[in-house]
Amino acid sequence: MARTMTGAEMVMTALADQGVEVIFGYPGGAVLPIYDELHQQDKVRHILVRQEGGAVHAAEGYARSTGKVGVVLVTSGPGATNAVTGLTDALMDSIPLVCITGQVPTHLIGMDAFQECDTVGITRPCTKHNYLVKNVNDLARILHEAFHIARTGRPGPVVVDIPKDIQFASGNYVGPSNIQHKTYRPKLKPEQTAVREAVDLIAGAKRPVFYTGGGVINSGPKASQLLRELVRLSGYPITSTLMGLGAYPASDKQWLGMLGMHGTYEANMAMHDCDVMINIGARFDDRITGRLDAFSPGSRKIHVDIDASSINKVVQVDIPIIGDCAYTLEDMLRVWKAKAPVLDKAAHKLWWKQIEGWRARKSLSYKNSRDVIMPQYAVQRLYELTKDRETYITTEVGQHQMWAAQFINFEEPNRWMTSGGLGTMGYGLPAAIGAQVAHPKGLCIDVAGDASILMNIQECSTATQYRLPVKVFILNNEYMGMVRQWQQLLHGNRLSESYTAALPDFVKLADAYGWKGMRCDHPADLDDAIKDMINTPGPVMFDCRVAKLANCFPMIPSGKAHNEMLLGEDVSDEEVQNAISKEGKVLV
Amino acid sequence: MAEHSKQSHYPSPQRAQEVVSRTLSIIVDNEPGVLARVIGLFSGRGYNIDSLTVTETEHEKHLSRITVITSGTPHVIQQIKLQLERLIPVHRVRDLTHEGGSIERELALVKVGGRGEKRIEALRLAEIFRAKVVDTSTEHFVFEITGKPSKIETFIQIMGELGLVEVSRTGIAAIGRGSATL
Repeated sequence: MARTMTGAEMVMTALADQGVEVIFGYPGGAVLPIYDELHQQDKVRHILVRQEGGAVHAAEGYARSTGKVGVVLVTSGPGATNAVTGLTDALMDSIPLVCITGQVPTHLIGMDAFQECDTVGITRPCTKHNYLVKNVNDLARILHEAFHIARTGRPGPVVVDIPKDIQFASGNYVGPSNIQHKTYRPKLKPEQTAVREAVDLIAGAKRPVFYTGGGVINSGPKASQLLRELVRLSGYPITSTLMGLGAYPASDKQWLGMLGMHGTYEANMAMHDCDVMINIGARFDDRITGRLDAFSPGSRKIHVDIDASSINKVVQVDIPIIGDCAYTLEDMLRVWKAKAPVLDKAAHKLWWKQIEGWRARKSLSYKNSRDVIMPQYAVQRLYELTKDRETYITTEVGQHQMWAAQFINFEEPNRWMTSGGLGTMGYGLPAAIGAQVAHPKGLCIDVAGDASILMNIQECSTATQYRLPVKVFILNNEYMGMVRQWQQLLHGNRLSESYTAALPDFVKLADAYGWKGMRCDHPADLDDAIKDMINTPGPVMFDCRVAKLANCFPMIPSGKAHNEMLLGEDVSDEEVQNAISKEGKVLV
Repeated sequence: MAEHSKQSHYPSPQRAQEVVSRTLSIIVDNEPGVLARVIGLFSGRGYNIDSLTVTETEHEKHLSRITVITSGTPHVIQQIKLQLERLIPVHRVRDLTHEGGSIERELALVKVGGRGEKRIEALRLAEIFRAKVVDTSTEHFVFEITGKPSKIETFIQIMGELGLVEVSRTGIAAIGRGSATL
């Protein structure tokens, strides 16, 4: 099957053979041969971004909304270094990416050549794996391996660095079949004894809670279906991390909302007081656990994770299960159905009664206003007016991100794209572009903040070029809201550099990019304005002027446990300022 | 300090556990950058490297063996092992200390300068330590010594009083006891 072709041809052939339909990139000297090949084929579409960082986030949005591998093509030197933030983001959130970087010709490596950088050295700690291709006859195998590694096991970004002379050189191309890596064998199927033990523990629980994460989404739609089946069979409450939203429908009565620092009171209290915790595809991140020595002190814990190093890394668990979420859930369901366990209905009734008591605190409530748009209200209205459509939500990072997570109810997986682990401001717009490329008919909305949106604002131009009708919904309070909130909490309300004194006029900015710009500053006008945004066929930038000093509640203050949440409605400014002790301040 | 970690949103250190020293054998594909991956993982995640040796041991399969002496709490050691296993070119990781113990040996080249009485004394002691003279002039010896790190440490210490001018050590090579293989 070996065919002779140039390295550049191999790249395009391998992409086509891998089923890649679209790539995100930016040309430059060291990738010109590949761009030349790209120009002469019609299987793979290219989206030209405005900065390489945007390409990686767009590929992340594409990958996260489809379950496919996102592909990036950038040049050497600055092209590669600009991609580093996105690669790190994808590594932290386990997003499958293949990033092809150009490199200076082999004989110039190490000579400080023009646009040379040590790409594999720089990206080694921020990728799942990376390659520098030194022989054209290795190129096809490496490309297919890169896809295999990116999409299997715990997904992640893989960089393939290709020197320019290798792109020109001719060699043998091999197809994707029969590519087997020498060492890489992700473990998908769980140990059956552990599954049986887990089912016994789950069935015998009196105060159980399911705690699920992004691993369920990464495992594919089937994992979400199986999760729903198991949770409904058991009748147990379920919460999820930021990354796992949508795996379980938010409209369901067993759903407790998101957990963690800005999660709901009922979710965090259930985590604290449960007797059995069933962690499926989450990693006990520090934004979830809060104070570790007070984290769910009375529970026995099951942890399902495809990555063995996630287990017992942060929290010691009783039943570790290494395996893919879908395989594990399938096995759990089979064992559950075979055993047909008798559940402690009386205990569960009490547990639900307790949960309903916590739920009655309405921890997401806020004081609405007739005169100014409260940011929570804006997100609520956005949700209500878009919920019946095929909506994909991305976010930037900050208060708006947490409000979006709290007030937008996700019914399906792959509809929510956010930078969870790394917390990358500037993620949302390019991610929305990537999602829109994948779902031309979908309604792709970036819920943004006025500060974050400026970090990759140049990508507006990309949306214009490809007629991508993305919507950017900016909760504009003129502050870096989350920074300001922490300064209020921790630093005597000294708002050091968190106010943006010279924001652009977002409506004019939109106009300059060929977008429609809109502004709304009154609650009474909000619904009509949002409808107008939705009904506009092209891209829209919506400058939603919201209350300037709103804080994001509820929250677990730094250094506190799950059962020490601050709820918004009953907190005075003074209490907010005193919520975190001196020792807690260093740990935020 | 205890109060500090109680206030933490971050995982608190496993203070109850003692720090132990472990010898890890890591079999990896001998490909460019593989050592950088391994040591980058140690520095990036804040693990200790007390000794490190690496060379290709199976030429036809292009496999290298990396021997790392590391120290940490049992919890950290377990994480090190699992994190190493995540690296794509890593075939397997064995904790030799944990799995039945190991033979550990190191080689050192020790240059001792000087003339007269001290020079004779150095040569006499080298014989006791079974160190070989591998280079000499009227003003120096280079001794080659192999053995446990503690033996080499002692030899170097003694030579310190007899004109030691330079030392080069290989780091520790280790192999598990018994008939089992990696």
